[in-house]
Amino acid sequence: MSSTMSYWISTSARSCIATLQGGRRLYSRCVSKRNLSIWRRLSWASSPLQNSSPCGTFTLQKVYRHTSTEEEDFHLQLSPEQVNEVLRAGESAHKILDLDSRVPNSVLRFESNQLAANSPVEDRRGVAACLQTSGLMFGVFDGHGGHACAQAVSERLFYYVAVSLMSHQTLEQMEGAMENMKPMLPILQWLKHPGDSVYKDITSVHLEHLRVYWQELLDLHMEMGLSIEEALMYSFQRLDSDISLEVQAPLEDEATKNLSLQVAFSGATACMAHVNGVHLHVANAGDCRAILGVQGDNGMWSCLPLTHDHNAWNEAELSRLKREHPETEDRTIVIDDRLLGVLMPCRAFGDVQLKWSKELQRSVLERGFDTEALNIYQFTPSHYYTPPYLTAKPEITYHRLRPQDKFLVLASDGLWDMLGNEDVVRLVVGYLSEAGRHKPDLAQRPTKLGLMQSLLLQRKASGLYAADQNAATHLIRHAIGSNEYGEMEPERLAAMLTLPEDLARMYRDDITVTVVYFNSEIIDAYYRGD
Amino acid sequence: MFHQFLSIIRRQRSSPRWQNWSLARSSASAAKAHSVTLPAQAQVVICGGGIMGTSVAYHLSKMGWKDIVLLEQGRLAAGSTRFCAGILSTARHLTIEQKMADYSNKLYQQLEQETGIQTGYVRTGSVFLAQTQDRLISLKRVNSRLNVIGIPSEIISPKKVAELHPFLNMHDLVGAMHVPEDAVVSSADVALALASAASQNGVQIYDRTSVLHVMVKKGQVTGVETDKGQIECQYFVNCAGQWAYELGLSNEEPVSIPLHACEHFYLLTRPLETPLQNNTPTIVDPDGRIYIRNWQGGILSGGFEKNPKPIFTEGKNQLEIQNLQEDWDHFEPLLSSLLRRMPELETLEIMKLVNCPETFTPDMRCIMGESPVVRGYFVLAGMNSAGLSFGGGAGKYLAEWIIHGYPSENVWELDLKRFGALQSSRTFLRHRVMEVMPLIYDLKVPRWDFQTGRQLRTSPLYDRLDAQGARWMEKHGFERPKYFVPPDKDLLSLEQSKTFYKPDWFDIVESEVKCCKEAVCVIDMSSFTKFEITSTGGQALEVLQFLFSNDLDVPVGHIVHTGMLNEAGGYENDCSIARLSKRSFFMISPTDQQVHCWAWLRNHMPEDSNLVLEDVTWKYTALNLIGPRAVDVLSELSYAPMTPDHFPTLFCKEMSVGYANGIRVMSMTHTGEPGFMLYIPIEYALHVYNEVMNVGQKYGIRNAGYYALRSLRIEKFFAFWGQDLNTLTTPLECGRESRVKLEKGLDFMGRDALLLQKQNGVYKRFTMFILEDHDTDLDLWPWWGEPIYRNGQYVGQTTSSAYSYSLERHVCLGFVHNFSEDTGEEQVSQQIFINGEI
Repeated sequence: MSSTMSYWISTSARSCIATLQGGRRLYSRCVSKRNLSIWRRLSWASSPLQNSSPCGTFTLQKVYRHTSTEEEDFHLQLSPEQVNEVLRAGESAHKILDLDSRVPNSVLRFESNQLAANSPVEDRRGVAACLQTSGLMFGVFDGHGGHACAQAVSERLFYYVAVSLMSHQTLEQMEGAMENMKPMLPILQWLKHPGDSVYKDITSVHLEHLRVYWQELLDLHMEMGLSIEEALMYSFQRLDSDISLEVQAPLEDEATKNLSLQVAFSGATACMAHVNGVHLHVANAGDCRAILGVQGDNGMWSCLPLTHDHNAWNEAELSRLKREHPETEDRTIVIDDRLLGVLMPCRAFGDVQLKWSKELQRSVLERGFDTEALNIYQFTPSHYYTPPYLTAKPEITYHRLRPQDKFLVLASDGLWDMLGNEDVVRLVVGYLSEAGRHKPDLAQRPTKLGLMQSLLLQRKASGLYAADQNAATHLIRHAIGSNEYGEMEPERLAAMLTLPEDLARMYRDDITVTVVYFNSEIIDAYYRGD
Repeated sequence: MFHQFLSIIRRQRSSPRWQNWSLARSSASAAKAHSVTLPAQAQVVICGGGIMGTSVAYHLSKMGWKDIVLLEQGRLAAGSTRFCAGILSTARHLTIEQKMADYSNKLYQQLEQETGIQTGYVRTGSVFLAQTQDRLISLKRVNSRLNVIGIPSEIISPKKVAELHPFLNMHDLVGAMHVPEDAVVSSADVALALASAASQNGVQIYDRTSVLHVMVKKGQVTGVETDKGQIECQYFVNCAGQWAYELGLSNEEPVSIPLHACEHFYLLTRPLETPLQNNTPTIVDPDGRIYIRNWQGGILSGGFEKNPKPIFTEGKNQLEIQNLQEDWDHFEPLLSSLLRRMPELETLEIMKLVNCPETFTPDMRCIMGESPVVRGYFVLAGMNSAGLSFGGGAGKYLAEWIIHGYPSENVWELDLKRFGALQSSRTFLRHRVMEVMPLIYDLKVPRWDFQTGRQLRTSPLYDRLDAQGARWMEKHGFERPKYFVPPDKDLLSLEQSKTFYKPDWFDIVESEVKCCKEAVCVIDMSSFTKFEITSTGGQALEVLQFLFSNDLDVPVGHIVHTGMLNEAGGYENDCSIARLSKRSFFMISPTDQQVHCWAWLRNHMPEDSNLVLEDVTWKYTALNLIGPRAVDVLSELSYAPMTPDHFPTLFCKEMSVGYANGIRVMSMTHTGEPGFMLYIPIEYALHVYNEVMNVGQKYGIRNAGYYALRSLRIEKFFAFWGQDLNTLTTPLECGRESRVKLEKGLDFMGRDALLLQKQNGVYKRFTMFILEDHDTDLDLWPWWGEPIYRNGQYVGQTTSSAYSYSLERHVCLGFVHNFSEDTGEEQVSQQIFINGEI
């Protein structure tokens, strides 16, 4: 029986590699099997899955240690090359060229990667430059209950922010172009990973809603557009309310209708950063996190968190929730560290089940959606008295970049579950110092056997760690491959990567990491110029 | 750097340059070389101007064949032959390989005298180091076999090793083997010398001529197509080294030659301060995975790493193996191993790291012989890094094969026909050679199974048996159960289970054997080769009567054990034939006979559309029901009486078993135990197996594997073709006169030879030995190939062995000779020595 097991695992390892060679994740798979470790249905009360800690050593061993047929010695383990292939499939890296010569660019480059645990992956990421105003935007979006909402937010949020920042004049140009059916000014320039699911061009409906939004902005008659804080704040809330309204509005097109239903009934947390010169704004709703790696004058590294996780472990959030709801609900608003006992984050896009009144939910769902096929069904958590319980209102942090701020790490909770803030800074710093150090060169090779041997041994030793070309990959490798003492275990890493699709989510979440490096010289120059 | 290296090799050679006068012989100057026109026809065309091709040409011409053309796509001796490390070592694991190497050694030694070309031959001797006791046992086995074929060698102490080599670290050694007559030689020069001798004997040699493909008509070679025109020929010899696979595939009807190249690295250094003597022995440290020889006052050291780099999988052809990248990082483990063995070399100056691809085969044995699909198409390739050592002997055997139809030694172990088309997948080869190359220096233990390229051919019951704990071995790509591990038992992991002593499955097989003796066991034997021969009239009987030695004109339903003999009376195959009807026969042979027997029958059967030979191996699943209660199980499943009165032994009947009809039931078990073989059309296999297991439950039925079968057959003195019997053994030599129709007045192949032998007596006799003074738990287990001594005199070798659970002793089978007299007579041996251990 155990041999069947080993065969099964090795098969899934093989298919995993085959998938990667295909270069794309399997989006075509149907979305029927949802993994709800963030969304917990009430009927699902106490599944053993949730009780096992994500890196429970005992269960993990059971997965990769068998006492079975002899062949396994040969087939089971992924080779280091295969491990790297799997890890590197989602890599992307960009060096930022000066998009706008007027403002020197404080971002040097960014590196990003994503590793799926759900199938299909529910995390999304986005990087884009604002073309009508200056600044770069980075976002990480962690979907739950499906990927529809994360997909929609990742496609749309940056447009809302970009539009909010536009001056009155630009908005008028936009409106004029729309009115006269002329080509519109480009709003964003995306920097995508080839494996990222394709961002659809704004569909007509979405564009319609974006237009309504800018028309309202026009009505405000503000010369310079909104401040970045306001822009972020409004954009988050506006998009969430649009998502909520789209599904309520009568729509003709069946596909759009189903899509908007899926978007509204799934959810996504979002964390995005807007960088313009030395001005760094971070907006966060949910449990993604952004931290800054800071190198002090003495060369010591430290970590500056820019966001707070919006979940049950955040006292401020707990008191906010209690403040917003009657005192009678104090005991029921968070149960088992989950909002109303069902949802881990307490801010998110979508999730209208926690925002709408029961009546509204019922009336929308009774409008003849094929909810069965969409795998959506209405349910009401117990103690559902005074909706909305959930909001997409972001927490905004402003940070004025200093020369000592070296990098920004944006990541979904899949990473933070495994690594602490300090670990992440330490790993990125370690990666930077390793990347700087090259393998000893063989070009001027020594002439003596002994010297050659010691050089080769040096190369071998450094080769073990300098495998990653991408800080995000390095972080993911350590997040899933480190044991409880923080040491790298190659067997553990290989085992984690060969988990069958349906088991993977028990041991790890989708992980999305974007590391943004700042150009200290430009920042320094900015201050001196001031 | 590369050119510098070449020039050094050149400088070594002060003899006249070969190319000059060879081209002169073919009446063309070097400048005109390209306009040379090829002859329109020749008897033999050899493709490949490396050591193999030149050796075949040399030996063919020596034996009197003159009409030979040798074609080389680049320059002579410019492939693996040029880069070869030049070590000639006779310490091989197979006796036939030892004989080839021994012959090569003697040939190369006198080659300089014969041809006047310097070959750089120096008798250095070689020393094989053992870091572990197991390795020492392995060396002792090789040593004992070397001694019996007359090659001097001895096991020596570490202290003695230090005396043989100046700066060897011997602190971690437990012993070593010294082979004083091994040598080093320049392989490229050997090839050139062989070519020059052949050329003097009339062989025409053309370089820069590529063979495009071989022309075949009616399964027979008719000529070759080259880039310079066609040559008609009767025989084609493929000695294309690592390109032999591609060349085989280029045929219209592809010839499958399973081999694959791996990169191989060795290091050259500048001379030591006090240059190393040129007769310093070659050191082989298999536990350290390296070899070290003296080279121009410095050393040459390479090895066989654990993580080989296969190349040319996609068959990228290139004229000469040049400009392959050096890979120092890849070489590091071998360099570290070298400096551990010889720490003083630390200050030695590096000259070059050579990357020289070597060719490997799926079972680490070289490939020679005639293609089973194209007559006249011979192959000699896949030397597994021993091309120089085998070159002379292999060339000689192949030349004999071409001229006489078969070589003077039994070379079945190296015969191309041991492989079929199933081993020619590129993926399979790539994966398998990655396992084979490290194996060259791995410990060779009994019962080793390859781990890659598995689960290719399986019985429909594979998953069922696997779920019940089956452990598998592979034969000809077919998975066969070795034994069944009970659920509560754990066996050692693969690496730890390597042993020359009592294996950990001993008790498991014991219980399976016991069950065969007392109740009933079922063994899946689907891998056996199964042919059907049918005809419209009496042709089938007629042709079989000629090809097989026993009388097949038996009543329908009878089974005959018979040999398929060659002209010399030797066994080409040993099989069981059931007469299904007047005009159709069902033939069961060993698994690895699938290709060989098919080719033999095809070549010897007349072209007759009324006579059909069909390979039905894939159509039937074979279950062997062994044991006294098998009869009860079958009669309960078939509602037919199965007692000996109704179903005598060696009887075959189609009947129903369970719901399934048309099962061929045969009253034989290949072991001498009572029981039945069921040949089941595969779609019924699962049903019949389930029924047998269900019904058998009350009779104590259980699964068993081949190890139990082996123990049973060997204790009953059943010889097996491929292990005990080969093309050089006759029925008379193994006491099977009763299976030969000598008295019936019918002609059959090999009859004359047998009659002559009957008159003159036999020179060797197949004998069974029971080990008396042997502790199963503590002593080394016999394997095969152990020398047999009688009164202190060597009389022969064992061919197979097994532990007999009923005799509670080891049983060995083997041939004894009488070397002192001309005629052999039956001898009784009292004692045998394993490895000289007792």
